[in-house]
Amino acid sequence: MSERPATAHSTEPAVSASGPTRILYCHCNYAQIISSETKKTVLEKLCASDRAFDAVADLCEMAARKDPALTRLSEGGPVKIAACFPRAVKWLFSGAKAPLNQDTTEVLNMRDASAEDIITRLLSENLQPNLPADNHPPQASEQPKEDTP
Amino acid sequence: MKLTESSSLRIVMMDPCSDQDSAAGNHFEKMQALLEKGFTVTRATPKGKTAPTDRSSLLVLGHFDQPSAPKDLYAEDTEIRFEDIRSLQIEDMVSLAEGMRQETASYKHGDWKPWFPVIDYDRCTNCMQCLSFCLFGVYGVDDGDKIQVQNNDQCKTNCPACSRVCPEAAIMFPKYKTGPINGDQVQNKDLQREKMKIDISALLGGDVYDMLRTRSEKAKSRFSKERDPDKALNERIKCLNKLTESGDIPPEVLMSLPSPDEIQRRAEEAKAKAEAALNRNKH
Repeated sequence: MSERPATAHSTEPAVSASGPTRILYCHCNYAQIISSETKKTVLEKLCASDRAFDAVADLCEMAARKDPALTRLSEGGPVKIAACFPRAVKWLFSGAKAPLNQDTTEVLNMRDASAEDIITRLLSENLQPNLPADNHPPQASEQPKEDTP
Repeated sequence: MKLTESSSLRIVMMDPCSDQDSAAGNHFEKMQALLEKGFTVTRATPKGKTAPTDRSSLLVLGHFDQPSAPKDLYAEDTEIRFEDIRSLQIEDMVSLAEGMRQETASYKHGDWKPWFPVIDYDRCTNCMQCLSFCLFGVYGVDDGDKIQVQNNDQCKTNCPACSRVCPEAAIMFPKYKTGPINGDQVQNKDLQREKMKIDISALLGGDVYDMLRTRSEKAKSRFSKERDPDKALNERIKCLNKLTESGDIPPEVLMSLPSPDEIQRRAEEAKAKAEAALNRNKH
Protein backbone atom coordinates (compact mmCIF):
# COMPACT_ATOMS: atom_id res chain seq x y z
CA MET A 1 0.00 0.00 0.00
CA SER A 2 1.41 3.36 -0.88
CA GLU A 3 1.63 6.09 1.71
CA ARG A 4 -0.94 8.79 1.32
CA PRO A 5 -2.15 11.83 3.20
CA ALA A 6 -3.94 11.01 6.41
CA THR A 7 -6.61 13.55 5.80
CA ALA A 8 -8.19 15.71 3.22
CA HIS A 9 -6.25 18.68 4.46
CA SER A 10 -2.82 17.40 5.25
CA THR A 11 -1.19 18.39 2.01
CA GLU A 12 -0.76 22.02 2.98
CA PRO A 13 2.03 22.13 5.54
CA ALA A 14 2.77 24.77 8.11
CA VAL A 15 5.84 26.82 7.36
CA SER A 16 8.88 25.95 9.38
CA ALA A 17 12.54 26.78 9.33
CA SER A 18 13.29 23.08 8.93
CA GLY A 19 10.34 22.01 6.84
CA PRO A 20 6.74 21.28 7.71
CA THR A 21 6.54 20.55 11.41
CA ARG A 22 3.97 18.28 12.95
CA ILE A 23 2.55 18.55 16.45
CA LEU A 24 2.11 15.52 18.69
CA TYR A 25 0.32 15.88 22.00
CA CYS A 26 0.44 13.18 24.73
CA HIS A 27 -2.44 13.19 27.18
CA CYS A 28 -0.51 11.03 29.71
CA ASN A 29 -3.77 9.37 30.56
CA TYR A 30 -2.79 6.78 33.12
CA ALA A 31 -0.96 8.80 35.75
CA GLN A 32 -1.37 12.12 37.49
CA ILE A 33 2.13 13.36 36.80
CA ILE A 34 1.12 16.25 34.58
CA SER A 35 -1.31 18.72 36.02
CA SER A 36 -4.76 18.28 34.53
CA GLU A 37 -4.99 22.06 34.21
CA THR A 38 -1.84 22.13 32.06
CA LYS A 39 -3.12 19.33 29.83
CA LYS A 40 -6.53 20.95 29.52
CA THR A 41 -5.09 24.35 28.61
CA VAL A 42 -2.65 22.96 26.04
CA LEU A 43 -5.27 20.77 24.37
CA GLU A 44 -7.89 23.48 24.44
CA LYS A 45 -5.57 25.99 22.79
CA LEU A 46 -4.47 23.48 20.20
CA CYS A 47 -8.10 22.86 19.34
CA ALA A 48 -8.75 26.59 19.21
CA SER A 49 -5.85 27.05 16.79
CA ASP A 50 -6.16 26.31 13.12
CA ARG A 51 -3.38 23.73 13.22
CA ALA A 52 -3.68 20.07 12.44
CA PHE A 53 -2.13 17.79 15.05
CA ASP A 54 -1.91 14.25 16.35
CA ALA A 55 -2.91 13.41 19.90
CA VAL A 56 -2.34 10.18 21.77
CA ALA A 57 -3.80 9.03 25.05
CA ASP A 58 -0.56 7.79 26.53
CA LEU A 59 2.82 7.35 24.85
CA CYS A 60 3.92 4.97 27.60
CA GLU A 61 1.07 2.58 26.88
CA MET A 62 1.81 2.68 23.16
CA ALA A 63 5.51 2.04 23.78
CA ALA A 64 4.75 -0.87 26.09
CA ARG A 65 2.66 -2.44 23.36
CA LYS A 66 5.15 -1.53 20.66
CA ASP A 67 2.20 0.00 18.86
CA PRO A 68 3.02 0.35 15.15
CA ALA A 69 1.37 3.77 15.31
CA LEU A 70 4.56 5.01 16.98
CA THR A 71 6.39 4.40 13.73
CA ARG A 72 4.10 6.68 11.77
CA LEU A 73 4.38 9.26 14.55
CA SER A 74 8.18 9.15 14.48
CA GLU A 75 8.67 8.91 10.74
CA GLY A 76 6.50 11.72 9.47
CA GLY A 77 9.23 14.37 9.43
CA PRO A 78 9.98 17.21 11.86
CA VAL A 79 7.85 17.07 14.97
CA LYS A 80 7.21 18.95 18.21
CA ILE A 81 6.04 16.66 20.99
CA ALA A 82 4.21 17.90 24.08
CA ALA A 83 4.81 15.19 26.65
CA CYS A 84 7.35 14.82 29.46
CA PHE A 85 11.15 14.74 29.76
CA PRO A 86 13.01 14.58 26.42
CA ARG A 87 15.23 11.73 27.69
CA ALA A 88 12.18 9.63 28.58
CA VAL A 89 10.43 10.37 25.29
CA LYS A 90 13.57 9.52 23.28
CA TRP A 91 13.95 6.09 24.88
CA LEU A 92 10.23 5.30 24.91
CA PHE A 93 10.16 5.59 21.13
CA SER A 94 13.48 3.84 20.77
CA GLY A 95 12.36 0.94 22.97
CA ALA A 96 9.35 0.51 20.70
CA LYS A 97 11.61 0.29 17.64
CA ALA A 98 10.43 3.67 16.38
CA PRO A 99 13.40 5.95 17.07
CA LEU A 100 12.91 9.68 16.79
CA ASN A 101 15.14 11.76 14.55
CA GLN A 102 17.44 13.72 16.82
CA ASP A 103 17.81 16.58 14.37
CA THR A 104 14.11 17.13 13.76
CA THR A 105 12.45 16.50 17.12
CA GLU A 106 11.66 19.01 19.84
CA VAL A 107 10.14 17.71 23.07
CA LEU A 108 8.20 20.09 25.29
CA ASN A 109 7.97 18.99 28.89
CA MET A 110 4.50 19.50 30.35
CA ARG A 111 5.79 18.31 33.75
CA ASP A 112 7.99 21.37 34.07
CA ALA A 113 6.88 24.13 31.74
CA SER A 114 3.74 26.21 31.93
CA ALA A 115 0.86 25.58 29.57
CA GLU A 116 1.43 29.02 28.03
CA ASP A 117 5.08 28.27 27.29
CA ILE A 118 4.19 24.89 25.83
CA ILE A 119 1.53 26.26 23.52
CA THR A 120 3.76 29.13 22.41
CA ARG A 121 6.47 26.68 21.42
CA LEU A 122 4.06 24.25 19.78
CA LEU A 123 2.56 26.92 17.57
CA SER A 124 5.75 28.77 16.76
CA GLU A 125 7.17 28.16 13.34
CA ASN A 126 10.73 27.41 14.29
CA LEU A 127 11.89 24.06 15.56
CA GLN A 128 14.45 23.72 18.36
CA PRO A 129 15.61 20.10 18.44
CA ASN A 130 16.42 19.06 21.99
CA LEU A 131 16.63 15.29 22.26
CA PRO A 132 19.66 14.19 24.29
CA ALA A 133 22.53 13.53 21.94
CA ASP A 134 23.57 9.96 21.24
CA ASN A 135 26.75 9.73 23.21
CA HIS A 136 28.30 8.08 26.16
CA PRO A 137 28.41 10.46 29.11
CA PRO A 138 30.86 9.90 31.96
CA GLN A 139 29.88 6.74 33.76
CA ALA A 140 29.50 6.45 37.49
CA SER A 141 32.87 4.80 37.77
CA GLU A 142 34.45 7.92 36.27
CA GLN A 143 32.72 10.38 38.58
CA PRO A 144 34.75 12.11 41.29
CA LYS A 145 34.83 10.09 44.47
CA GLU A 146 32.98 11.34 47.50
CA ASP A 147 33.27 10.04 51.00
CA THR A 148 30.33 7.92 51.91
CA PRO A 149 29.36 7.30 55.48
CA MET B 1 -2.43 -10.26 31.68
CA LYS B 2 0.01 -10.58 28.82
CA LEU B 3 0.51 -7.52 26.69
CA THR B 4 0.33 -8.17 23.02
CA GLU B 5 2.03 -6.11 20.40
CA SER B 6 -0.87 -4.51 18.63
CA SER B 7 -2.11 -1.36 17.03
CA SER B 8 -4.54 1.23 18.19
CA LEU B 9 -7.56 2.48 16.30
CA ARG B 10 -6.82 5.86 14.75
CA ILE B 11 -9.58 8.43 14.88
CA VAL B 12 -9.48 11.40 12.53
CA MET B 13 -11.52 14.44 13.49
CA MET B 14 -12.16 16.60 10.48
CA ASP B 15 -12.20 20.31 11.13
CA PRO B 16 -15.80 21.36 11.79
CA CYS B 17 -17.26 22.83 8.64
CA SER B 18 -20.28 24.72 9.87
CA ASP B 19 -20.24 27.80 12.05
CA GLN B 20 -22.67 26.23 14.44
CA ASP B 21 -20.34 23.40 15.30
CA SER B 22 -17.01 25.06 14.92
CA ALA B 23 -16.86 26.30 18.46
CA ALA B 24 -13.42 25.31 19.69
CA GLY B 25 -14.88 24.29 23.03
CA ASN B 26 -17.07 21.66 21.45
CA HIS B 27 -14.19 20.28 19.44
CA PHE B 28 -11.95 20.26 22.51
CA GLU B 29 -14.49 18.38 24.62
CA LYS B 30 -14.89 15.70 21.99
CA MET B 31 -11.18 15.24 21.61
CA GLN B 32 -10.60 15.19 25.36
CA ALA B 33 -13.32 12.56 25.80
CA LEU B 34 -11.72 10.32 23.18
CA LEU B 35 -8.24 10.71 24.66
CA GLU B 36 -9.49 9.91 28.13
CA LYS B 37 -10.90 6.68 26.76
CA GLY B 38 -7.47 5.87 25.38
CA PHE B 39 -7.91 6.61 21.68
CA THR B 40 -5.38 8.06 19.28
CA VAL B 41 -6.83 11.10 17.57
CA THR B 42 -5.71 13.16 14.61
CA ARG B 43 -7.19 16.61 14.22
CA ALA B 44 -7.28 17.51 10.54
CA THR B 45 -7.38 21.10 9.37
CA PRO B 46 -6.25 22.86 6.21
CA LYS B 47 -3.16 24.12 8.04
CA GLY B 48 -0.51 21.80 9.31
CA LYS B 49 0.79 18.32 8.79
CA THR B 50 -0.07 15.13 10.62
CA ALA B 51 1.49 11.71 10.82
CA PRO B 52 1.29 9.71 7.60
CA THR B 53 -1.38 7.10 7.23
CA ASP B 54 -0.44 3.49 7.80
CA ARG B 55 -2.49 0.34 7.94
CA SER B 56 -4.23 1.25 11.19
CA SER B 57 -7.99 1.20 10.97
CA LEU B 58 -9.47 4.66 10.63
CA LEU B 59 -12.60 6.16 12.04
CA VAL B 60 -13.19 9.54 10.42
CA LEU B 61 -15.49 11.86 12.33
CA GLY B 62 -16.83 15.05 10.92
CA HIS B 63 -19.66 16.87 9.30
CA PHE B 64 -20.23 15.25 5.95
CA ASP B 65 -22.74 16.80 3.61
CA GLN B 66 -21.48 14.34 1.05
CA PRO B 67 -20.43 11.43 3.21
CA SER B 68 -18.72 9.49 0.47
CA ALA B 69 -16.52 12.29 -0.81
CA PRO B 70 -13.53 11.92 1.52
CA LYS B 71 -13.24 8.22 0.70
CA ASP B 72 -11.44 9.14 -2.49
CA LEU B 73 -8.52 10.17 -0.38
CA TYR B 74 -7.81 6.71 0.95
CA ALA B 75 -6.73 3.45 -0.55
CA GLU B 76 -9.15 0.60 -0.43
CA ASP B 77 -7.15 -1.77 1.73
CA THR B 78 -7.45 0.11 5.01
CA GLU B 79 -10.57 -0.29 7.05
CA ILE B 80 -12.14 3.16 7.13
CA ARG B 81 -15.45 4.32 8.47
CA PHE B 82 -16.93 7.79 8.11
CA GLU B 83 -19.36 9.05 10.70
CA ASP B 84 -21.24 12.32 10.72
CA ILE B 85 -21.17 13.47 14.32
CA ARG B 86 -23.34 16.58 14.06
CA SER B 87 -26.23 14.95 15.86
CA LEU B 88 -24.18 12.86 18.28
CA GLN B 89 -23.66 13.57 21.94
CA ILE B 90 -20.12 13.13 23.20
CA GLU B 91 -20.94 9.85 24.94
CA ASP B 92 -22.55 8.49 21.76
CA MET B 93 -19.45 9.40 19.79
CA VAL B 94 -17.24 7.62 22.33
CA SER B 95 -19.50 4.53 22.17
CA LEU B 96 -19.21 4.56 18.42
CA ALA B 97 -15.42 4.64 18.66
CA GLU B 98 -15.44 1.86 21.22
CA GLY B 99 -17.61 -0.24 18.92
CA MET B 100 -15.19 0.14 16.03
CA ARG B 101 -12.26 -0.61 18.32
CA GLN B 102 -13.82 -3.94 19.17
CA GLU B 103 -14.67 -4.74 15.56
CA THR B 104 -11.15 -4.00 14.37
CA ALA B 105 -9.51 -5.90 17.24
CA SER B 106 -7.52 -2.84 18.20
CA TYR B 107 -6.24 -3.11 21.74
CA LYS B 108 -8.35 -2.21 24.74
CA HIS B 109 -7.11 0.83 26.56
CA GLY B 110 -6.51 1.32 30.19
CA ASP B 111 -6.68 -2.23 31.46
CA TRP B 112 -3.05 -1.99 32.54
CA LYS B 113 -1.26 1.01 34.02
CA PRO B 114 1.76 1.46 31.79
CA TRP B 115 4.44 1.16 34.44
CA PHE B 116 7.65 -0.42 33.20
CA PRO B 117 11.35 0.37 33.00
CA VAL B 118 12.75 2.29 30.07
CA ILE B 119 16.47 1.89 29.48
CA ASP B 120 18.64 4.85 28.51
CA TYR B 121 21.22 3.09 26.35
CA ASP B 122 23.36 6.21 26.27
CA ARG B 123 24.07 5.47 29.93
CA CYS B 124 23.66 1.71 30.22
CA THR B 125 26.91 -0.27 30.51
CA ASN B 126 25.22 -3.68 30.23
CA CYS B 127 26.36 -4.58 33.75
CA MET B 128 23.28 -6.81 34.26
CA GLN B 129 22.61 -5.59 37.80
CA CYS B 130 18.99 -4.98 36.88
CA LEU B 131 18.65 -8.47 35.45
CA SER B 132 20.11 -10.12 38.52
CA PHE B 133 18.07 -7.90 40.83
CA CYS B 134 14.56 -8.22 39.42
CA LEU B 135 12.63 -11.21 40.72
CA PHE B 136 9.78 -10.82 38.29
CA GLY B 137 11.48 -11.62 35.00
CA VAL B 138 11.08 -8.15 33.54
CA TYR B 139 14.59 -8.09 32.08
CA GLY B 140 16.32 -10.37 29.64
CA VAL B 141 19.00 -10.18 26.99
CA ASP B 142 18.71 -10.04 23.21
CA ASP B 143 20.57 -12.27 20.77
CA GLY B 144 23.67 -10.15 21.24
CA ASP B 145 23.46 -10.42 25.05
CA LYS B 146 22.44 -6.83 25.40
CA ILE B 147 20.14 -6.08 28.30
CA GLN B 148 16.56 -5.31 27.36
CA VAL B 149 13.11 -5.06 28.87
CA GLN B 150 11.36 -8.23 27.77
CA ASN B 151 8.26 -8.55 29.92
CA ASN B 152 7.19 -5.04 30.81
CA ASP B 153 3.76 -6.21 31.96
CA GLN B 154 5.38 -8.26 34.71
CA CYS B 155 6.75 -5.11 36.32
CA LYS B 156 5.18 -4.23 39.66
CA THR B 157 3.21 -1.01 39.42
CA ASN B 158 4.88 1.92 41.18
CA CYS B 159 7.99 -0.09 42.08
CA PRO B 160 11.16 1.70 40.90
CA ALA B 161 13.59 -0.56 42.79
CA CYS B 162 15.66 -1.68 39.77
CA SER B 163 16.32 1.93 38.82
CA ARG B 164 17.78 2.45 42.28
CA VAL B 165 20.24 -0.38 41.94
CA CYS B 166 21.41 0.78 38.51
CA PRO B 167 24.87 2.30 39.06
CA GLU B 168 24.53 4.54 36.00
CA ALA B 169 21.00 5.85 36.61
CA ALA B 170 20.15 4.40 33.22
CA ILE B 171 16.73 3.04 34.13
CA MET B 172 13.75 5.35 33.92
CA PHE B 173 10.13 5.05 34.88
CA PRO B 174 8.56 7.98 33.01
CA LYS B 175 5.58 8.10 35.35
CA TYR B 176 7.72 8.26 38.49
CA LYS B 177 7.45 11.36 40.65
CA THR B 178 11.05 12.57 40.79
CA GLY B 179 14.25 12.70 38.77
CA PRO B 180 16.33 11.24 37.41
CA ILE B 181 14.10 8.14 37.50
CA ASN B 182 11.34 10.08 35.73
CA GLY B 183 13.65 10.89 32.83
CA ASP B 184 14.99 14.19 34.10
CA GLN B 185 18.66 14.84 33.42
CA VAL B 186 21.11 12.82 35.48
CA GLN B 187 23.33 14.90 37.74
CA ASN B 188 26.57 13.83 39.39
CA LYS B 189 24.84 13.82 42.76
CA ASP B 190 22.35 11.29 41.42
CA LEU B 191 25.15 8.93 40.57
CA GLN B 192 26.59 9.28 44.03
CA ARG B 193 23.17 8.61 45.48
CA GLU B 194 22.71 5.54 43.35
CA LYS B 195 26.05 4.20 44.48
CA MET B 196 25.11 4.82 48.07
CA LYS B 197 21.95 2.82 47.62
CA ILE B 198 24.01 -0.11 46.58
CA ASP B 199 26.36 0.40 49.49
CA ILE B 200 23.43 0.41 51.84
CA SER B 201 22.04 -2.78 50.43
CA ALA B 202 25.51 -4.31 50.63
CA LEU B 203 25.71 -3.36 54.27
CA LEU B 204 22.42 -5.07 54.76
CA GLY B 205 23.84 -8.29 53.42
CA GLY B 206 24.18 -8.34 49.66
CA ASP B 207 21.13 -7.29 47.77
CA VAL B 208 17.78 -6.52 49.24
CA TYR B 209 16.38 -9.89 48.33
CA ASP B 210 19.28 -11.56 50.06
CA MET B 211 18.42 -9.46 53.05
CA LEU B 212 14.82 -10.49 52.90
CA ARG B 213 15.75 -14.12 52.57
CA THR B 214 18.19 -14.01 55.46
CA ARG B 215 15.76 -12.20 57.67
CA SER B 216 13.01 -14.62 56.78
CA GLU B 217 15.22 -17.60 57.48
CA LYS B 218 16.16 -16.17 60.85
CA ALA B 219 12.53 -15.54 61.53
CA LYS B 220 11.67 -19.08 60.48
CA SER B 221 14.35 -20.44 62.74
CA ARG B 222 13.08 -18.42 65.67
CA PHE B 223 9.59 -19.52 64.83
CA SER B 224 10.60 -23.14 65.06
CA LYS B 225 12.38 -22.59 68.36
CA GLU B 226 9.99 -20.28 70.00
CA ARG B 227 6.76 -21.37 68.36
CA ASP B 228 5.80 -17.76 68.26
CA PRO B 229 4.12 -16.92 64.94
CA ASP B 230 3.61 -13.31 65.96
CA LYS B 231 7.32 -12.82 66.42
CA ALA B 232 8.08 -14.26 62.99
CA LEU B 233 5.47 -12.06 61.42
CA ASN B 234 6.81 -9.00 63.19
CA GLU B 235 10.28 -9.79 61.95
CA ARG B 236 9.04 -10.00 58.39
CA ILE B 237 7.14 -6.75 58.72
CA LYS B 238 10.22 -5.02 60.18
CA CYS B 239 12.26 -6.26 57.25
CA LEU B 240 9.69 -5.15 54.72
CA ASN B 241 9.47 -1.71 56.25
CA LYS B 242 13.20 -1.30 55.93
CA LEU B 243 13.05 -2.30 52.30
CA THR B 244 10.21 0.09 51.67
CA GLU B 245 12.26 2.97 53.05
CA SER B 246 15.52 2.12 51.31
CA GLY B 247 14.17 1.32 47.88
CA ASP B 248 10.91 3.26 47.73
CA ILE B 249 9.28 -0.07 47.02
CA PRO B 250 5.51 0.03 47.58
CA PRO B 251 4.53 -2.10 50.61
CA GLU B 252 1.97 -3.96 48.52
CA VAL B 253 4.73 -5.15 46.20
CA LEU B 254 6.78 -6.42 49.10
CA MET B 255 3.82 -8.04 50.76
CA SER B 256 3.05 -9.89 47.54
CA LEU B 257 6.51 -11.45 47.34
CA PRO B 258 6.45 -15.22 47.25
CA SER B 259 7.77 -17.53 49.93
CA PRO B 260 11.42 -17.23 50.97
CA ASP B 261 12.21 -20.46 49.10
CA GLU B 262 10.64 -19.13 45.93
CA ILE B 263 12.46 -15.82 46.34
CA GLN B 264 15.71 -17.71 46.66
CA ARG B 265 14.97 -19.80 43.59
CA ARG B 266 14.08 -16.76 41.48
CA ALA B 267 17.05 -14.76 42.73
CA GLU B 268 19.42 -17.58 41.82
CA GLU B 269 17.81 -17.96 38.42
CA ALA B 270 18.10 -14.24 37.69
CA LYS B 271 21.69 -14.15 38.91
CA ALA B 272 22.60 -17.13 36.74
CA LYS B 273 21.05 -15.49 33.68
CA ALA B 274 23.00 -12.31 34.31
CA GLU B 275 26.27 -14.15 34.88
CA ALA B 276 25.81 -16.21 31.75
CA ALA B 277 25.21 -13.09 29.67
CA LEU B 278 28.21 -11.34 31.22
CA ASN B 279 30.42 -14.34 30.53
CA ARG B 280 29.31 -14.49 26.91
CA ASN B 281 29.99 -10.77 26.58
CA LYS B 282 33.55 -11.30 27.84
CA HIS B 283 34.32 -13.85 25.13
